[in-house]
Amino acid sequence: MTELQPTTQPHPAEGRRSQIFQQLRLEKVTRSFGGTIALSGLDLTIQSGEFIALLGPSGCGKSTALNCVAGLLPLTDGSIWLDQQRIDLMPPERRGFGMVFQNYALFPHLTVRRNVGFGLVMRRMSKKEVRRRVDAALDLVQLKAFGDQLPGRLSGGQQQRVAIARAIVVEPSVILMDEPLSNLDAKLRLEMRTEIKRIHRDLQRTTIYVTHDQDEALSLADRIVVLNEGRTLQIGSPEELYTRPANLQVARFMGYRNILELDLERVEQQRVFLAGPDFRLEGIACAELAGRRAFAAIRPDDFLVTINEAGSRPTGARNSILGQAEIVEYCGRDYLVDIATSSGLLLHARTQRRVEPGARVHLEVPEERVLAFSAA
Amino acid sequence: MGFFVLNVLALIAAVVVDSFATTWLGTWLPAGFTGRWYGSAWTEFQLDNVLMVTVEVVFAVVAISLLLGIPAAYAMARRTFRFKRVVLLLFVLPLLVPPMTYGIPLATVLYSLHLAGTINGVILANLVPAVPFVILVMTPYIEQIDPKLEAAARVFGAGTFRLFLHVLVPLLAPGILAAGLLVLVRTIGMFELTFLTAGPDSQTLVVALYYTVFAAGVRSAQSIDAMAVIYMVATLIWLLIALRFVNPTQLVTRVRQ
Amino acid sequence: MSTSSRPAIKLPDRTLLLLVPGIVIVLTLFLYPFLFGFILSFLSHQGPNLGNYTKFFSTPFLSETIWTTLWISLPATLINIGFALPVAFVTRRHRFQRALTAILVIPITLGTVLIAEGLLTYLGPQGWLNRLLLMLHISTSPVHLTHNYWGVFLSLVVSGFPFAYLLLLSYLTGIDPALPQAAATLGASPWRRFIHIYLPLLIPGLAIAFCLSFVQAFSVFPSAVLLGAPAGPTRVISIAAYQAAFEDYDYPMASAIAMVMAGVQLLVVALALTSRNLFYRGPTTGGKG
Repeated sequence: MTELQPTTQPHPAEGRRSQIFQQLRLEKVTRSFGGTIALSGLDLTIQSGEFIALLGPSGCGKSTALNCVAGLLPLTDGSIWLDQQRIDLMPPERRGFGMVFQNYALFPHLTVRRNVGFGLVMRRMSKKEVRRRVDAALDLVQLKAFGDQLPGRLSGGQQQRVAIARAIVVEPSVILMDEPLSNLDAKLRLEMRTEIKRIHRDLQRTTIYVTHDQDEALSLADRIVVLNEGRTLQIGSPEELYTRPANLQVARFMGYRNILELDLERVEQQRVFLAGPDFRLEGIACAELAGRRAFAAIRPDDFLVTINEAGSRPTGARNSILGQAEIVEYCGRDYLVDIATSSGLLLHARTQRRVEPGARVHLEVPEERVLAFSAA
Repeated sequence: MGFFVLNVLALIAAVVVDSFATTWLGTWLPAGFTGRWYGSAWTEFQLDNVLMVTVEVVFAVVAISLLLGIPAAYAMARRTFRFKRVVLLLFVLPLLVPPMTYGIPLATVLYSLHLAGTINGVILANLVPAVPFVILVMTPYIEQIDPKLEAAARVFGAGTFRLFLHVLVPLLAPGILAAGLLVLVRTIGMFELTFLTAGPDSQTLVVALYYTVFAAGVRSAQSIDAMAVIYMVATLIWLLIALRFVNPTQLVTRVRQ
Repeated sequence: MSTSSRPAIKLPDRTLLLLVPGIVIVLTLFLYPFLFGFILSFLSHQGPNLGNYTKFFSTPFLSETIWTTLWISLPATLINIGFALPVAFVTRRHRFQRALTAILVIPITLGTVLIAEGLLTYLGPQGWLNRLLLMLHISTSPVHLTHNYWGVFLSLVVSGFPFAYLLLLSYLTGIDPALPQAAATLGASPWRRFIHIYLPLLIPGLAIAFCLSFVQAFSVFPSAVLLGAPAGPTRVISIAAYQAAFEDYDYPMASAIAMVMAGVQLLVVALALTSRNLFYRGPTTGGKG
């Protein structure tokens, strides 16, 4: 166990670059495949020990970025730096990173122990040292009993742990993970998420984690890079992304399901006043607003839903909307309600209290939870 | 590698150049070029008859092996049953055992049935590797077709025959084309089985070529090479067509452990 | 149980009937002749006995064909596999791989008869190869490469190398590319990736490629007749079998030779496959799909 705690001294047998660095820097990293650009000008500076998530839909360039850092794909343009050392021209075996592959890529002909020890053997460590470190790593992922089995006989979750152990046992300066949880079922995914979080807390290794699942990114990462069609949409902490998405695309990705195109009444510094057909909203400008229209983005759980028994008329008050519940989905902890306003606009809201389909409801939303983006 | 390819190309070029040579003795290139060897080869070796036999044999083998092989491949792809491994072995063996080994006993049997020396005998002998080959090529094609499509067709009222005709055959068309072309190319080039079972009137092009090369002293080298070029053209045209639809590695049987 | 309810009888699956024509073909045209030949091989003029086999093994003219054939086919097979492995490895991701395989498939498609005729022209004393050797002063007199051992050997390389290459290429491309990549991120150099990942995963494919290549080389016939010296150094076992059947019309003897041929092949294949079992065999992908 102790061997896997962060060490200040590189192992003498390593004889390679020191583990310790200040910054991993990606400068305008670009990769195209026969004319189509998969990743365009990614700029990112990662501090030692940080957990970075690359988030985006499939085909957004996040795996391309990871493979570029790993050295498995040459860059078309740009460079990658480890402090003052340029590493993007270095072959993968000399970078000293650890990688967890999407399908685990465990060597089918080697036992679990020899899979985990592979990187140590490549570093020409003594047999005794290899055994000690492999034992420690298997302990960490709770797989001591399976050391002599071939990986083909393990379950998905166990294979996943072997893949993680194999990556961390070499004490890499950077750990790269390519959608490591995507092949697991929902329950196991949550368990392994906690496991990865725990290992990162214990070892404090710089980690770059690729995923298409915003929950994974939000729960694991110190900072998230949102990518789409090869372009960087936003880089920020989970809180920043959640509360202040930089644009509509990120907002959609962060679960802002209500995107409403409304009339722009006026802007007062950060405050924005918008008008719909039968309600008026006050919100926060998240971008330079101009013209006569703007988009408002609201998360379903930011609505406060109350039953409007009296059937009162719209008051014209800001951030107060009347409507009728159309579809009610029970989600266990709460209800997801589709609400139609009198003008026919459809809104999505979450509420703890049961709402009957057809019920008249009243929606309220705090003005700091209404984000306005330009219509252009 | 380049050396190997170069030598193969040179080998082919040598045959082609010689077939057009007037005389070619002790020089890099022949003294002159002429097309007359093709004419003399054609009449000398009765190529019209040989080509007719070749076409008959090849197309009969392709048609029969597809007709018998595709249904069998369907059963192999869709069903698991006892002794499936035995059946699979039965289909793999004729492709692994070289034709020279089983060709002699097969020829003996065909002689005792008075089939050897006839076109039918040649066709039968060539079916031995062709049918299993179609089965092995087609099985993965059928496996990758979603069984739900068949279920859907049945739900909407298609019987087995119409299921094959309207659902499977259109979906399998690329695979059938590939298997057919591969069998065709392999059958044109199949020397041993045809050689062991053919009589004077049922020789295919390869066997006729073998006999002329064997009796080389009697004929001029150029007319032998002219015949070799005719054979090459007949084979390579189909190979070129086949390569448009199949991966070259498919011509070689791959066995899984 | 009520009398009206019929017991659930398991009906035979009618789909399996589709197998019948295929199985009949293989049984009657492959297995039956083999068994027929096997029984026939024990029949000599005096009734059932081992006469044909004793005659084969006691007549050097016949029994030596086994060694002659092995002496040609084993080196040729080893050379073919030995060269095909590195070439397949280097070209497995090559841009021109498809073009290359298309060219290499030509000798396989043309078949041994045409290769023999081509080599006769190309390698002969007047052929281009000897002209080149003389011109470059590599040799002072034409090298004899036809009508002897080397002619047959070279024909086996020309037809066997592409075969081995295509086979190994298809096994190589079946290895999950993530495995060598994973090894690379763990610090394995290209050479050690080959030794620790590719080679162990390729052993089953190599064994099968060896068996198939050998079995083909062992049954060499047309080129041994046309390119070799069929009366002497290249009198391979196929020639002996052919002569027994079609020149002496001694079918029992021909069948016996064919059985010996099959037996030797089986022996070598069994040896190769047993040695394969000492190594890893299983899937060549690294995890759940």
